[in-house]
Amino acid sequence: MAGLPALPRKYHAASIWLLYAVGLLPAAYGFYLGATGRLPGNPVKEFEHLLGLWALRFLVLALAISPIRDLFGINWVRYRRALGLLAFWYVLMHFLTYMVLDQYLNFAAIITDIAKRPFITIGMAAFVMLIPLALTSNNWSIRKLGPRWVRLHKLVYIIAACGALHFAMAVKVVGPEQWLYIVLVLLLLAYRLIRPMLRGKKRARPQATSVRGQERSA
Amino acid sequence: APLTASKSQYMVDETLTPEKDVTSYNNFYEFGTGKGDPVANATDFKATPWTVKVDGLVGKPKEFGLEELLALPLEERVYRMRCVEAWSMVIPWIGFPLAALLDKVEPLGDAKYVAFETVVRPEEMPGQSGFFQPLPWPYVEGLRLDEARHPLAILAVGVYGKTLPNQNGAPIRLVVPWKYGFKGIKSIVRITLTDKQPPSTWNLSASNEYGFYANVNPEVDHPRWSQASENRIGEGGFFGANRRPTLPFNGYAEEVAGLYSGMDLRANF
Repeated sequence: MAGLPALPRKYHAASIWLLYAVGLLPAAYGFYLGATGRLPGNPVKEFEHLLGLWALRFLVLALAISPIRDLFGINWVRYRRALGLLAFWYVLMHFLTYMVLDQYLNFAAIITDIAKRPFITIGMAAFVMLIPLALTSNNWSIRKLGPRWVRLHKLVYIIAACGALHFAMAVKVVGPEQWLYIVLVLLLLAYRLIRPMLRGKKRARPQATSVRGQERSA
Repeated sequence: APLTASKSQYMVDETLTPEKDVTSYNNFYEFGTGKGDPVANATDFKATPWTVKVDGLVGKPKEFGLEELLALPLEERVYRMRCVEAWSMVIPWIGFPLAALLDKVEPLGDAKYVAFETVVRPEEMPGQSGFFQPLPWPYVEGLRLDEARHPLAILAVGVYGKTLPNQNGAPIRLVVPWKYGFKGIKSIVRITLTDKQPPSTWNLSASNEYGFYANVNPEVDHPRWSQASENRIGEGGFFGANRRPTLPFNGYAEEVAGLYSGMDLRANF
């Protein structure tokens, strides 16, 4: 079923590092534009929004890995950790930009925002939930936690839903761009609900089992 | 085109927001919801010829040609502009007091409000056509008659010494500096005097977030963000401090607070 030529194994590690490098380019370019006065109007907000949007994109991509493998037979599971960590780094930068460049570390205002504004509360909750996932993204944690790792990392479903909601609630009018992410996240989450049924039908196919939790469906 | 105007007494003593920011960073949902959409999508808009119909509870209803309005004594007014999204600018408008136009049509005694309406031209305004339309059209706004008659309330026909660029509401728009920017309805085709509070578009869209009065008030937060401070566009850049405290009535409290004496500004936001 795989239509793409498989990447030779010797390039796997390099391709993952390339993904990290390419993945950080939007942030680097946005920062360059902002720092050199090339972002129009409200540069801090522009940069903040760019970071948030890319965080959501990487979350969606990370969630798309296992459906792509199941439905199209293309195994990109090796990129999932990088995508998840990129999402984490972007959310962290998004929050730091808000905290430092936007609010100048005015903690009273920041805490009020987090406590009083539902969309910020939701965004903050997503960020907090991402922290344990980032901390346990290493192979050692995967081995150590075993099945609990899989359960813990199911938090990403809630995080992605929070991310799409945060985006939609932040704007004055929910437009096509916000709907796109809501629909993508809903489809990706719905896939997890119907997956057991799909699996049931395909019982004849040998299940791809693996020792490493990373390779499991999450 | 260049536009001449006399200086007025209404000159805010603050650094002007660069013309480039004033004309390329703004909301005008008829051309799209992004801040850069108006400047990008308004090039095909035809701001001339133009007429503004003034009717309703008036003695002399009339349809004014744009030339007639441009012939009124024009003044330059440097006003603060505070967007409901917590950013602000300082803008040199050119225009005339709204009261000057109202006087020409002689409002009747039972007129209590002034309703405004923006043009609907889906073929020239991409935000008004297609599958996704962010707001119901036409965009409508309103003022109480005493607010409309206040000397600070103007109809602007120019900015930065020139006629209004399409993206800023050509050829004629409302500027009410003590209210949030969305009250400043653009590309006006109709003004109607009424005895009932007229609808306003953002209030129709989310009445818990945008009130009819929409007076700038640092004490009353938007449900989703604080209104206590604002980002001054074009200042501070990326690392510098461009956040400043928001002033009651956007700094025009001395002139306009009297319009609202005895009113609960929290309930009438």
